[in-house]
Amino acid sequence: MPRIGAFVCWCGTNIAGTVDIEQVVQAVSEMSGIVYVKDYQYMCSEVGQNLVKTAIKEWQLERVIIASCSPRMHENTFRKAAKAAGLNPYLVEVANIREHCSWVHKNKEEATKKAIALIRAAVAKASLNTELIAKEIDVENRALVIGGGIAGIQTALDIAEAGYQVDVIEKSPSIGGKMAQIDKTFPTLDCSACILTPKMVDVASHPNINLYTYSEIESVNGFVGNFEVTIKQKARSVNLEKCTGCGICTEKCPSRKSKSEFDEGLRTRGAIYTPFPQAVPNVPVIDREHCLKFNTGKCGICEKLCPAGAIEFGQEDVLVTKKYGAVVVATGFDIIDLDKFGEYQYQNHPDVLTSLEFERLTNAAGPTAGKFIRPSNNKRPEKVVFIQCVGSRDVSSRGKSYCSKICCMYTAKQAMLIKDKYPDIEVYVFYIDVRTPGKNFDEFQRRAVEEYGVNYIKGMVGKIFPAGDKLIVHGVDSFTGDTLKIEADMVVLAAAAQAKPDAEVLGRKLAISTDTNNFFTEAHPKLRPVETHSAGIYLAGACQGPKDIPETVAQAGAAAAKVIGLLSKRKLVSNPCVSVVNEDLCNGCLSCLKICPYDAIAAKELATNNHGITSKRIVAKVNEALCQGCGGCTVACRPGAIDLKGFTNKQITAEVDALCH
Amino acid sequence: MIRVKITPNNKQSQLQYIREISGVNINKCIQCTKCSAGCPASARMDILPHEIIRLLQLGQVEKIFHSKSIWNCASCFVCTERCPRNIDIARLIEAIRLTIIRQPGKSKFKPDDVPGIIDDKMPQQVLVSGFRKYNR
Repeated sequence: MPRIGAFVCWCGTNIAGTVDIEQVVQAVSEMSGIVYVKDYQYMCSEVGQNLVKTAIKEWQLERVIIASCSPRMHENTFRKAAKAAGLNPYLVEVANIREHCSWVHKNKEEATKKAIALIRAAVAKASLNTELIAKEIDVENRALVIGGGIAGIQTALDIAEAGYQVDVIEKSPSIGGKMAQIDKTFPTLDCSACILTPKMVDVASHPNINLYTYSEIESVNGFVGNFEVTIKQKARSVNLEKCTGCGICTEKCPSRKSKSEFDEGLRTRGAIYTPFPQAVPNVPVIDREHCLKFNTGKCGICEKLCPAGAIEFGQEDVLVTKKYGAVVVATGFDIIDLDKFGEYQYQNHPDVLTSLEFERLTNAAGPTAGKFIRPSNNKRPEKVVFIQCVGSRDVSSRGKSYCSKICCMYTAKQAMLIKDKYPDIEVYVFYIDVRTPGKNFDEFQRRAVEEYGVNYIKGMVGKIFPAGDKLIVHGVDSFTGDTLKIEADMVVLAAAAQAKPDAEVLGRKLAISTDTNNFFTEAHPKLRPVETHSAGIYLAGACQGPKDIPETVAQAGAAAAKVIGLLSKRKLVSNPCVSVVNEDLCNGCLSCLKICPYDAIAAKELATNNHGITSKRIVAKVNEALCQGCGGCTVACRPGAIDLKGFTNKQITAEVDALCH
Repeated sequence: MIRVKITPNNKQSQLQYIREISGVNINKCIQCTKCSAGCPASARMDILPHEIIRLLQLGQVEKIFHSKSIWNCASCFVCTERCPRNIDIARLIEAIRLTIIRQPGKSKFKPDDVPGIIDDKMPQQVLVSGFRKYNR
């Protein structure tokens, strides 16, 4: 029997208020193996920790029981204390007599009994504890940022500035994301492109940043510090090195049928195109679906005209595999499809726009060169109606249950932009609630009402009927209970923000989870907002939930700080509480392989020599760096060949026996 | 000005009855007014559908019982179809109507009314259903 010391914490009155400490100390001192018991008001304090350290040395303790709060709270604290006193940290066992006992019970007598039982179980387990040694794993000194919007750009710049190599992978032909499409930003109304494009140039020119545009994640393997990512560079059909970005090809391309993704379909583009003039890299791409050369074999005008000889019709997709220490997911968001909202006539009428289309319509570099006109007749509208919450706060099958968070502010911004340029235009905003938490946000929205005279109407629009060249908007003012009919020239719909449609697929590749709305899940909603449950993978921006630009940039900086913290370590300490296979018992059924959520188990061929006859058989093999110690495999194993170090079947049984004692 | 007591106790039973037979949770309403804005019968209503729900939330059942709105509702289900909070408003209004007509002596359809409205084309089934629904 090892020499065991027990330390009972009062946690002020948190434990001592419901558990009779004196009685506990008396009972514990009589348990077998216990050579020392001490109670103290706050065991986690410096004084308390010193009590533990001194006792380990003076009483030559071989196991330490801490009866206190949850091990999630202070297990690490006491492991460190034990290590400082020369004891293997995995010989410390925590009996949770706060969350599992004093906090959930009122009867002092019963609670005291339960506390004693919990400590008895911990003593039984601790006597079977073995010394575990954490291993060290190398850290690859490079980070991967998935997504080249403002979140990805900021994360990459922050990591690169700290001196680490960063690769940015972007699905579309240029970085910039949604922010590049936006005209002005709230609440200061500064031009979006003016503050974004310099950052895009910084990314392109930074010696530590390597860009993969028009590329996607093919597969992800490995674990924290050692991810192995295969990137698919889609065939651009234009040589990135040779192209000078002169733009002759995009001008002369005879195919003009494709709708510009960047201009939200309000303008057409050639089959060879650069998404927008400030694109980074400023190299066009051939849209093979619409290119005449690829469809009919004829044309090839771009190839003939290109002065740099950069057109390469024969280019193929290239797979690149690289190693990374950390990954940041910054894939952003989309707005919902409005197919299901027939009452707003979005599909049928060109003057019913989404907010993102409106941004392009007011942008000086947009399809109308900033002239504010109706798409149907190119005339300036006289009445504009904005409708908020289109699909937001909508628990029906048509929408999203959450508040999209950004719409109240951008609608106020768009309304003000109209009134600022054209004070004679009448502007109406239909809203359910105006939500403007944020620095200078409410003041901003109030300015739209008080200074610019935007008509805010609390109520929703029921239907829109086109009549002549007008759109009759049927709504209600809920304050007066009046039904309203507004003869509008243009209607702007604040469509709900939603997760990228392929978020779930990417999540599966990275082994990170998504919530019911397909936004990536953070490890803790308050205390670990940029981490995921998979070590070494972090989140930035709207892929985690709807966010405005200031929040996105803040989160990008936070994610970068986490990455820098990880990459600055030469070695990582792995968790030694991992599964171990007894190869003599393993029958190779590989049920464990199927159940393992971390892909940590693989099949291994074992050569056996039985009286001179060599035969081969399959056994399971645990990758200790990948194993997170969940213990799923130990339950799935029929012959009982897998055990979890630190939580062996024997230890658990001993705990249960002690509780039933 | 009448001082109104929110959710008066004497109306609790009727409110509870409406809740029970409709199966609708009126607390889900966020007063977006989508129901009223899309209602094709709203022109003939003195209280709009979203106001009916608000009055129910406040326990003002009496005001609804005296309104024309519940009888002008055509049960077209547009409100139900478009409600972003999944509230079955048409069902709720039907429940209010039933609450009224199920009160003894509150029949909306009496045998004496029949000769006045009957003609050759009207199927007898209509009369049977009418009595089942509107006569207590």
